[in-house]
Amino acid sequence: MAVAQAKQDALAARIAGLSFDAAGWQGALRTEALARLTAMGLPAKRDEYWRYTNPATLVAPQPAVGTATTEEPALFTDLDCLKLVFVDGQFDAAQSDPLALEGVSLAVLSQAKADIHWAADLFGQLEARGQSPVQRPLATLNTAFAGEGVLIHVTGKPSKPISLIYRATSAGCDAILHHCVKMEAGSELTLLEQGTAGARVNLVTEVDIADGARFHHIRAQGRVENDSTLTHIFARIGQEAAFKSFTMTADGKLTRNEAVMELLGNDSSAHVAGAALGEGAVQQDDTVFITHAAERCESRQVFKKVLKNGAVGVFQGKILVKQGAQKTDGYQISQALLLDGDSQFLAKPELEIYADDVKCSHGSTSGAIDETALFYLRSRGVPLRAAQSLLVLAFLAEAIGEIEDEAIAEAISARLQVWLDWHEQ
Amino acid sequence: MTDVELEVRDGVDRETIETVNAMSGTYKHGWSTEIEMDYAPKGVSEDIVRLISEKNGEPQWMLDWRLAAYARWLQMEEPDWAMLNYPTIDYQDQYYYATPKSMATKPKSLDEVDPKLLATYAKLGIPLQEQMILAGVEGAETMGERKVAVDAVFDSVSLGTTFKAELAKAGVIFCSISEAIKEHPELVKQYLGSVVPQSDNFFATLNSAVFSDGSFVYIPKGTRCPMELSTYFRINAENTGQFERTLIIADEGAYVSYLEGCTAPKRDTNQLHAAVVELVILKDAEVKYSTVQNWYPGDENGVGGIYNFVTKRADCRGDRAKVMWTQVETGSAITWKYPSCILRGDDSQGEFYSIAIANNAQQADTGTKMIHLGKRTKSRIVSKGISAGRAQNTYRGLVSMHPKATDSRNYTQCDSLLIGDKCGAHTVPYIEVKNNSSRVEHEATTSKVDDDQLFYCRSRGMDEEEAVALVVNGFCKEVLQALPMEFAMEAQSLVAISLEGSVG
Repeated sequence: MAVAQAKQDALAARIAGLSFDAAGWQGALRTEALARLTAMGLPAKRDEYWRYTNPATLVAPQPAVGTATTEEPALFTDLDCLKLVFVDGQFDAAQSDPLALEGVSLAVLSQAKADIHWAADLFGQLEARGQSPVQRPLATLNTAFAGEGVLIHVTGKPSKPISLIYRATSAGCDAILHHCVKMEAGSELTLLEQGTAGARVNLVTEVDIADGARFHHIRAQGRVENDSTLTHIFARIGQEAAFKSFTMTADGKLTRNEAVMELLGNDSSAHVAGAALGEGAVQQDDTVFITHAAERCESRQVFKKVLKNGAVGVFQGKILVKQGAQKTDGYQISQALLLDGDSQFLAKPELEIYADDVKCSHGSTSGAIDETALFYLRSRGVPLRAAQSLLVLAFLAEAIGEIEDEAIAEAISARLQVWLDWHEQ
Repeated sequence: MTDVELEVRDGVDRETIETVNAMSGTYKHGWSTEIEMDYAPKGVSEDIVRLISEKNGEPQWMLDWRLAAYARWLQMEEPDWAMLNYPTIDYQDQYYYATPKSMATKPKSLDEVDPKLLATYAKLGIPLQEQMILAGVEGAETMGERKVAVDAVFDSVSLGTTFKAELAKAGVIFCSISEAIKEHPELVKQYLGSVVPQSDNFFATLNSAVFSDGSFVYIPKGTRCPMELSTYFRINAENTGQFERTLIIADEGAYVSYLEGCTAPKRDTNQLHAAVVELVILKDAEVKYSTVQNWYPGDENGVGGIYNFVTKRADCRGDRAKVMWTQVETGSAITWKYPSCILRGDDSQGEFYSIAIANNAQQADTGTKMIHLGKRTKSRIVSKGISAGRAQNTYRGLVSMHPKATDSRNYTQCDSLLIGDKCGAHTVPYIEVKNNSSRVEHEATTSKVDDDQLFYCRSRGMDEEEAVALVVNGFCKEVLQALPMEFAMEAQSLVAISLEGSVG
């Protein structure tokens, strides 16, 4: 009782300063989300689901004041993309490309206020489905109070990726962003995300992938100190459809990336991967839940973390194979490279299986850099630092390998290299 | 008598699964002994705690300890995190103390024990007469007289312990815990509750308040226990919970191998079993603890069966201390059990080998905890879960490397095998690594019985059940090999019996 009350009190304090917009098609959905949120309250550190990451900074009424400026050069500059820029959690039309791309219809959440909209069937719907078996109240809070986002309806195969670029300029910016992506049958989209949207970010992306469609997602989370980021990606995947998501994370005071995917059509696939670097008082958490509800589906989770100087890496991954989801192929690997004795790796890789003709495996390892490999490289004349960074990149390679597009993969590798060099100074 | 022996021998002899299949019924220990019992009134209360203490003739400090636990228990809530589904247990609808009338005055030796009780154990294949070798062990003759000392616990009381005199010569104390409380209070006081504290968890705390009997072992410094020790638990009375407490202390440089077996009759109601086992292992000592848990699992429809909530923990207090838990879990309607190792001493080692088989409506949530505190500590976990019928089988484990546990190692392998499409197999490992010189590796796989392997066996003339039993035995090999020979044989045949009726 006392716990439930504390959660309610935390919720009341958290939403006191937020404005609630009940207008248009979003109004009913936001009202419904607020009701669900009120029933749940906000997470607390005693919750099993938050066993390894204290949600305090995500739940607090105000964000900690972080260094707001993103100094890193932009990624994917050589790539032809449709750029959409968000500054301090608001859409910046002036810096963005026009909202027009062949095979796609685009709208900005704050401007989509008409009574009828295709996104009414998606906004908050996958988030609501993702509340079982574990509650994710902060995603529901996002649905109720999201200030901005992009609504992407993909009907064809656009010629270039859509690139979401986040910037933060004011200190203490508390950004709540909510994107919806609806992929029609047979369509394809690559969605890129980069930068830090605020001192505290709560980002939800809902992706509905119809039969035969392919969704590819690459996210680069910036190296901003003292910020906290919570992301959720909810995906519903139809027959022979494919979902692929890769996230690169570096530093940040607290980063929790949740991915909740449901394989609902036969022969579909879901891949989710992450490469993370952390140094110092940094907490990086990847929490994944994949549900296999159809036959012959494939899922892969590949998470690699390099931790140094007291950084904490967390991985919670679960594969649920429902009854009847025969011929499932589920694979999960989580590995940490601890570069010194102060860092920690905490993992909870779970399997829950109700079908007998399945192949599921998970592996988790943790340890220091391989001294033998280091010795070998040095004996070949490679300087210590270069050898170390070579081994670190090799360790991360399996995760980067999940990126299909070579140019994007190279850009990510190059950025990781920059980060490694930066850390060695 | 001959009949019984033969049955055991046949069951143990792995060469012919036909015989196993031919054996009537799927649970062969489901019979009950008709014997006059004394019951304490139903339910648990401070008075019941006092009564149990009084029946055991305990000193005041022991009663105080129990009462403190009971007061604590009243404040606690039953845990619900395990992947187990069972109706709410009414803790007031159980007998907490049941003892055969003939045990009212404790017999001085086994010769005075009611023959009916001795016959019960004989029927179970447990020899309570000294000098007998354990029935049905092939090759025992060639190994000379392999002696096993047995403590037999029947419902709430210990009937007696064999080979006491011979063990005493070596300085080994092996007796019931109620006897130890009276005879060796200094040891009990020092160690009881030191590994599993009174307030550890809901079931352990209940046990601390109402435990009625159990076994006590002390192996003195530098002593290798001259024979294997064994406790055989039998629940006989209806609606009775069994709460036993086992305390094993291996002093510096000591070694002991300890076996534990358990069975219960077929009853339509669920019965509660909440045990606590504490192992204290000092410098350079080693304990092997093997369990074959074969409580009544309930029938095909999930009616009846034992609810098994067990807290087992080993504390490797000294440097180079070693512990090895081996368990074969085939019985019980509900299993909630996590034999754990606290690796406190530098270079200490913990091992956990487990086979958990759940068939029909059984549910098992079992695993281990390896807490690495000392430097260069090593642990190894090999868990094999087999699910059939509508059963649910969960491996739940924790590997924790503390910052000071430098240069430590863990290797975990947990494999699940599913037989049939209505059962479930789950893995919930927690891995916490807080230093970088330690290496932790975790691997888990889930698969079904391989069609190619089945086809091969069947093409050699085996029927499907035989083939499955053979494949499953192969799957379990690593764990079966870790068992002492007496148990390995029994365990192999149990694997076959437990899965009977799960194919097709």
